[in-house]
Amino acid sequence: MEYEVVIGLETHAELATVAKLFCGCSTKFGVEPNTQVCPVCLGMPGVLPVMNKKAFEYSLKAAVALNCEINKFTNFDRKSYYYPDLPKNYQISQNYYNLGIDGYMNMSVNGTIKKVRIHNVHLEEEAGKLIHPEETGADYSLVDFNRAGVPLLEIVSYPDMRNVDEVDSYMQTLRKILLYTEVSDCKMQEGSLRFEASISLRKKGSDKLGNRVEIKNLNSMKSVIKAIEYEAVRQSELLDKGEAIDRETRLWDEVNEKSQRMRSKEESQDYRYFPEPDLLPVLIDDKWLDAIKVSIPELPLERKQRFIEKFKLSDYDAGVLTEEKVLADFFDACVNLLDRPKAFCNWITNDLLREVKDRKLDINSLLIKPKQLASLVELIEKGTISSTIAKEVFSEMVQTGNDPQKIIEGKGLAQISDEGLIETVIDKVIAGNPNVIEDYKKGKKNALAFLVGQVMKETKGKANPKIVNDLLREKVGI
Amino acid sequence: MKIERKNIEYIANLSRIELSDQEKEMFVHQLSDILSYIEKLNKLNTDNIKPMAYSLNTTNVFREDKLGQPISRDDAMFNAPSKMGVFFKVPKVIE
Repeated sequence: MEYEVVIGLETHAELATVAKLFCGCSTKFGVEPNTQVCPVCLGMPGVLPVMNKKAFEYSLKAAVALNCEINKFTNFDRKSYYYPDLPKNYQISQNYYNLGIDGYMNMSVNGTIKKVRIHNVHLEEEAGKLIHPEETGADYSLVDFNRAGVPLLEIVSYPDMRNVDEVDSYMQTLRKILLYTEVSDCKMQEGSLRFEASISLRKKGSDKLGNRVEIKNLNSMKSVIKAIEYEAVRQSELLDKGEAIDRETRLWDEVNEKSQRMRSKEESQDYRYFPEPDLLPVLIDDKWLDAIKVSIPELPLERKQRFIEKFKLSDYDAGVLTEEKVLADFFDACVNLLDRPKAFCNWITNDLLREVKDRKLDINSLLIKPKQLASLVELIEKGTISSTIAKEVFSEMVQTGNDPQKIIEGKGLAQISDEGLIETVIDKVIAGNPNVIEDYKKGKKNALAFLVGQVMKETKGKANPKIVNDLLREKVGI
Repeated sequence: MKIERKNIEYIANLSRIELSDQEKEMFVHQLSDILSYIEKLNKLNTDNIKPMAYSLNTTNVFREDKLGQPISRDDAMFNAPSKMGVFFKVPKVIE
């Protein structure tokens, strides 16, 4: 039987605040266990949580960027469940008045724009981290509460995706939006961006949704894709055999690449949500909302379209440039200084990214500045340096942050356009290669390229190639 | 609403507490009494009354995103029923 796969994603993103959601403990990752804790985030009796304003505003920003309707009245609720990573035995979250509802996100899937609806965006607190000892038969787990209380944004999509290409684009696009709006650092390896998938199958052409299965423990975007592919096959095999799909939560096993039924907290659970009495509701007026709207930069997809339309870049190049906000910012700054989009695009997408990769540079703290790249492009156009030499200068610029003029002067890299000087070198090369001259005269045209190469070698690549070509042709005689 | 034994067992399970048969019996009666008492509210006409979850007229209480002083790990773990090294120790949670 042919089935349609119906997929929705739940995304958790840790917000990029300095302090936790309800107390002043640091949110820094990777510090000594249980050292960023206080009575509030440890859930001691009698403490009073107070909301971090920045975390709230980051959540609003994300909700607006995801085209949500903003609830003018929003509040926080207690979600009760007993689990040792949750010190209070309830999580402060939102349930009745999520701050953002009914949004959508446009994304590009294989060149076409697809809209995925967003069910809601809400703010909650992160749980602590459980460590499961590796020794076999251990009957305990360990807890580090450094992460407990870190502000966590949850973004719930509608089940609008139908295949893994769409899921992949959803994850990439959402990640870019969160990075562009600077609300989260989105480091999946540190757990600051996480996805959970829900998958159901239905007969092709049917409108009725099947029972959905939730999959957790997806540590990378690759795992999300693999888990969905695995789950689609598992469910279709069950359905083909006439068996029913249980509504359940399954855990993805990264090593064995399968999902297993999870028998713990989330199963048939009653969270008994009720308004959190320790926190007051938040009213969002138009003035505040307008200020948030203004703070949202041009988002990746719009920016990509602008690069394609205004600068006539290819879909691929515009995609590479907008992949990282810093790259797109760099490109925009260059183009503002000098109207050579194609040249800047090539320098950034080829040379700069290669240097970044080879030298393992941090893209957020590059030494080279847009003004310097613009100067380099001008120097090539003016004929001060050849494009070959420019590569060398560029590499030096990336490593030192020096101006191209300074590097050219310091290393004596300026192009030689002095015909007399070039002629001397040409004479020397001709004298040294009588056989090649013979070949050329016999009609072997590529012998000329060899001679040009020899001249360039003698001048360490600095001779103006056009002059070399012209003079050589003249000398050898056409 | 009539509370039955299975409701008590369900709630006890969610709250991770163990109850003896005697206690379950006791709570069936106590919770039923509480609920019937609260049900008196249903007799009131609340057509024009807005739901109220907060008794204060204050909203938008925030703190700035600034670091405060954490407590020491020793203090944090002082009353922990069980610990191991730098961690709190709890019964195994994944089956």
